[in-house]
Amino acid sequence: MSAVREERASVDPRPASTGQRPERRAGRRAPLTDRARGERNLGWLLCAPAFLVMIGVVAWPMLLALYDSLFSYRLTAPDDRAFVGLQNYVTILTDPLWWRAFATTGYITVITVAVELVLGFALAMVMHKAIRTVRPVLRTAILIPYAIITVVSAFAWFYAFNLTGGFVNQWLPFVGDDFNWFAQRGSSLAVIMLSEIWKTTPFISLLLLAGLAQVPEDLQEAARVDGATFRERLFRVTIPNMKAAIMVALLFRTLDAVRIFDNVFIMTAGTNGTETLAFLAYRQTIQRQEVGLGSAISVLLFLLVVLIAVLFVKVFKVDLSQQRGGK
Amino acid sequence: MSGVRMSGKEKALWYVAAVAIVVYALFPVAWIFSLSLKPASELTDNRFLPTDVTWENYRLIVSGDAADLFLPALRNSIGITLIATAIAVVMATLTAYAVSRLDFPGKKVLLTTALAVAIFPVISIVTPLFNMWRAIGLYDTWPGLIIPYLSITLPLAIWTLSAFFREIPWDMEQAAQVDGATTWQAFRKVIVPLAVPGVFTTAIIAFFIAWNDFVFGISLTSTDASRPVPAALAFFTGASQFEEPTGATSAAAVVVTIPVVVIVLVFQRRIVAGLTNGAVKG
Repeated sequence: MSAVREERASVDPRPASTGQRPERRAGRRAPLTDRARGERNLGWLLCAPAFLVMIGVVAWPMLLALYDSLFSYRLTAPDDRAFVGLQNYVTILTDPLWWRAFATTGYITVITVAVELVLGFALAMVMHKAIRTVRPVLRTAILIPYAIITVVSAFAWFYAFNLTGGFVNQWLPFVGDDFNWFAQRGSSLAVIMLSEIWKTTPFISLLLLAGLAQVPEDLQEAARVDGATFRERLFRVTIPNMKAAIMVALLFRTLDAVRIFDNVFIMTAGTNGTETLAFLAYRQTIQRQEVGLGSAISVLLFLLVVLIAVLFVKVFKVDLSQQRGGK
Repeated sequence: MSGVRMSGKEKALWYVAAVAIVVYALFPVAWIFSLSLKPASELTDNRFLPTDVTWENYRLIVSGDAADLFLPALRNSIGITLIATAIAVVMATLTAYAVSRLDFPGKKVLLTTALAVAIFPVISIVTPLFNMWRAIGLYDTWPGLIIPYLSITLPLAIWTLSAFFREIPWDMEQAAQVDGATTWQAFRKVIVPLAVPGVFTTAIIAFFIAWNDFVFGISLTSTDASRPVPAALAFFTGASQFEEPTGATSAAAVVVTIPVVVIVLVFQRRIVAGLTNGAVKG
């Protein structure tokens, strides 16, 4: 650390502001001054570790997966490894198992993201309007689902709905005491989605809250003076003014929902038609040790994510260069 | 913000909504805590609250039957997460400094790479990592998890820190030098105090991400040599084949939730700033 700092110091005695060097960018062909070269080299040096790790741990394995997906290859029978071209992809895409997992993933994604967007918006509105003394309390409360381990959330909701010991059946008047939520697809997915929604809505609501803060207060006031109702102000003033925030929240949550794994693993282990694409990939590789097939599923899932991201950027014109993401 | 006049009725409505949010956020946590306090006989009584409170489940995971599974997992989780967080934050600090302060070609490539890695479906690299780690002996080891954890924590750390660093008035460093401070003094006395809160917040968020991991934890480990708590929770078994491990699992879940709750309670304002800083600049 200190070596780097010294190096920075040695090249750094340069004029103050960082934003005032257009001439350097324009004159790309002109030979770089020593200082500019030093700055460039230092920049690359500082970024190199992070860049190499990201490439080495993500891009390189992804290429390996692409390569492995062209082979029929089981870890239990390594000698039978054989090149099969795109056969694995044909096998997967003609198998109803893939399409069922695809449908399940799509179903979970659409419903959770839609519910989270509405619920997250409501939470953001309340936090935005809350009196100053209440705000830290709300912020703290809402951060707990965000920060809690997904597996813990999955267990909490699983035990709540579980036939042995769960309290939900006793509390819900329209559900029989002996109703087994995890015995069929629909109700299993409902609980899985509930846990997913509970855990991830806070993240959406925080992004939306930041968006709300950017809606000009005088616009709201003007609309109010003009006699606009709450509804009109919401749809005509608030939402149009925070489109960017909504789109970013939508994009990141969608991509996050597509890789749903933890909740499914803990609650149903993919039984009763609750298998998602991520779980299918896991099962093929880790449990069945079918490296070829598992890799092909991984590649397909990756392509799906890329497709969604491209769609968002092209269709909704989300400008990602201004944003950052994560869970 | 709430400067607009509100009627009493409207005010009451917002209070009700605020209470609803707190209940929403805490309810499942309260339930798992309540479960962890139930004696074995009450674990199947379908009630929310325990009638007899007992610490038996905590004894189970600390010195009882489940201790062999839980204690190594807790050690692994803490060790692996802290090391991964530290490395990610150091790397991200260097990168974010370069991105926000220096002028060099390739900045955009770097940030785009970070973004692409952030939205990457981690399960997709589990298969190849599983193969690679087995070939080179990293399977079921600490480094075998630390390295993939860097890939999930780095992108967010880089974006968060770059956003923080962009707000730092770097000119103050020069001002201090003009006033007679050496370069090193200017850096240490002026820039470091301004940068530390951002670095610290980034560390918290990176810690949450690594602490939460399940996909890598379940796929790249096989024994208590490196299995972290979220993965270990899936392996708890009851005292007999017919008994569910509900009590021990709940107690373990509560234990790993405590650090999260403490961090949130102490640093809520910073975490929110970190999560939203630079997130919305449309």
